[in-house]
Amino acid sequence: MNTQEKLIAFKTILRKEIRRFIRIWPQTLLPSAITMSLYFVIFGSLIGSRIGEMGGFSYMEFVVPGLIMMAIVTNSYSNVVSSFFGAKFNHSVEELLVSPTPNYVILLGFVSGGVIRGLLVATIVTTVSMFFTRLHIHSFGVVVAGVVLTSLLFALAGFINAVYANSFDDISIIPTFVLTPLIYLGGVFYSLDLLPSFWAGVSKLNPLVYVVNAFRYGVLGVADVSVAFAFAMLGGFTVAAFAYSMYLLNSGTRLRQ
Amino acid sequence: MPESTAGSTPALRIENLEKSYDNGFQALKGISLEVAPGDFFALLGPNGAGKSTTIGIICSLVSKSAGKVAVHGVDIDADFPAAKKFIGIVPQEFNFNMFEKVFDIVTNQAGFYGLPRALASERAEKYLRELGLWEKRDVTGRMLSGGMKRRLMIARALVHDPKLLILDEPTAGVDIEMRRGMWEFLQKLNANGTTIILTTHYLEEAEALCRNIAIINHGSIVENTSIKDLLRRLQREVFIVDSADPLPEQLTIESFEFRRADERTLEIEVEKGQHLNDVFTALDRAGVNVVSLRNRANRLEEMFVNLLETDA
Repeated sequence: MNTQEKLIAFKTILRKEIRRFIRIWPQTLLPSAITMSLYFVIFGSLIGSRIGEMGGFSYMEFVVPGLIMMAIVTNSYSNVVSSFFGAKFNHSVEELLVSPTPNYVILLGFVSGGVIRGLLVATIVTTVSMFFTRLHIHSFGVVVAGVVLTSLLFALAGFINAVYANSFDDISIIPTFVLTPLIYLGGVFYSLDLLPSFWAGVSKLNPLVYVVNAFRYGVLGVADVSVAFAFAMLGGFTVAAFAYSMYLLNSGTRLRQ
Repeated sequence: MPESTAGSTPALRIENLEKSYDNGFQALKGISLEVAPGDFFALLGPNGAGKSTTIGIICSLVSKSAGKVAVHGVDIDADFPAAKKFIGIVPQEFNFNMFEKVFDIVTNQAGFYGLPRALASERAEKYLRELGLWEKRDVTGRMLSGGMKRRLMIARALVHDPKLLILDEPTAGVDIEMRRGMWEFLQKLNANGTTIILTTHYLEEAEALCRNIAIINHGSIVENTSIKDLLRRLQREVFIVDSADPLPEQLTIESFEFRRADERTLEIEVEKGQHLNDVFTALDRAGVNVVSLRNRANRLEEMFVNLLETDA
């Protein structure tokens, strides 16, 4: 395939992915808006007003970046895991496997779909948050880089999960038992300074801590960890996830007999 | 020997192809075959013989353990994407997203082959019309009948104009009228130069459509020749004779073995070397007033069973 043909193949996969999540928007776009509104009302307005400041900001200002990141992580992940596993389950993935579309184009197509859903949900959640607080952007570049890298990383993670999954249970186990606890313990609702030093140290093994803090730095200008280190971790994990996804596609693991 | 057709580079060349699964099962034991460009080729074999494995390797859904496959001279190990462009595949199982619209299923497939959107739409319309699905273009795949789903997979396989079309049991579960329509469509396609490889359980289908045939059993090719040659080797044929009057109680037909099917019908065996004229003469002498005579389907089926029994 020449570059033009590869671009057409990429656009075809991406268009298909976007149409899929737009078609079922009550399942893909609406829940995040409702859930985050509830978080803003309960944790931000009701409970948050009694907590006072955290990290030098009102509790509402403090949690908003973490909640936006939480929406990006879950949506990027779930878009790719459900779409690619669905294609595997109904065998329509064979349409791609028999075609001359290179594996990296297939991967980029699915992952870009996840990234776009993540960014769209981030926009929705950010808009909702503006009804509850004023958002100041400390560093626009850090915000954009953080959002794109995070959605890319978790879209790739969703792809890996989908490749290994054999049933619909398998695509909900990781989000429920791994992703959600890591998000909740990743400093979305609290600063690591509140933890005893041992648990603060343990928390730094959680990759979500770097995701949340990199974004929080971009918005508020404060973070519990070094922003440079957080981006290095994010970048490293993304490269590793991409390389592993390519390995899975090239070797045909769980896709070819 | 298979009947040759014009062209020097085979549409498909398979050399010593082997496939062993992780559990140790050897699905293919070094098969070799060649399909000439423009051929209509049948790949037959009982369930589990290795037909679908062979097709899976050709179109990259199954990884081979050893051997070589070349499509129109392009080795799949050297340049699989280039080889894939030559191939259109219609699998045995429905493998499209049932929630997508018919038109989208076909145009998306064109996109995966790098066809621009306008050309993809044009081709989708052409093949959906030819296969009688144009009226269903805005319907989701799950709303189609079984026969329509099969035709949709044919339209999808053709949208990039492949030189080699591989169909894995395309008429399974399709009613007779629709099957005949599909045959006509495939014959037209073949007449226009598309090489077709067909696996089928309907041996009548192979006999009606194909020029050459390979029979696989237990992962090995047990026969690879022309259909004509295969049929020529039949030792005997069974003809069904309908009589105008009830058959005589005491019936003797000189030189022929026969069986009464009912009171007006006979099944008569004609050995290689015997002639139909002799049949009519013997029947006349026996007092049978012949109304019609036809050969019993399916001659190829008998040969197929014989070959498999020999191989076993």
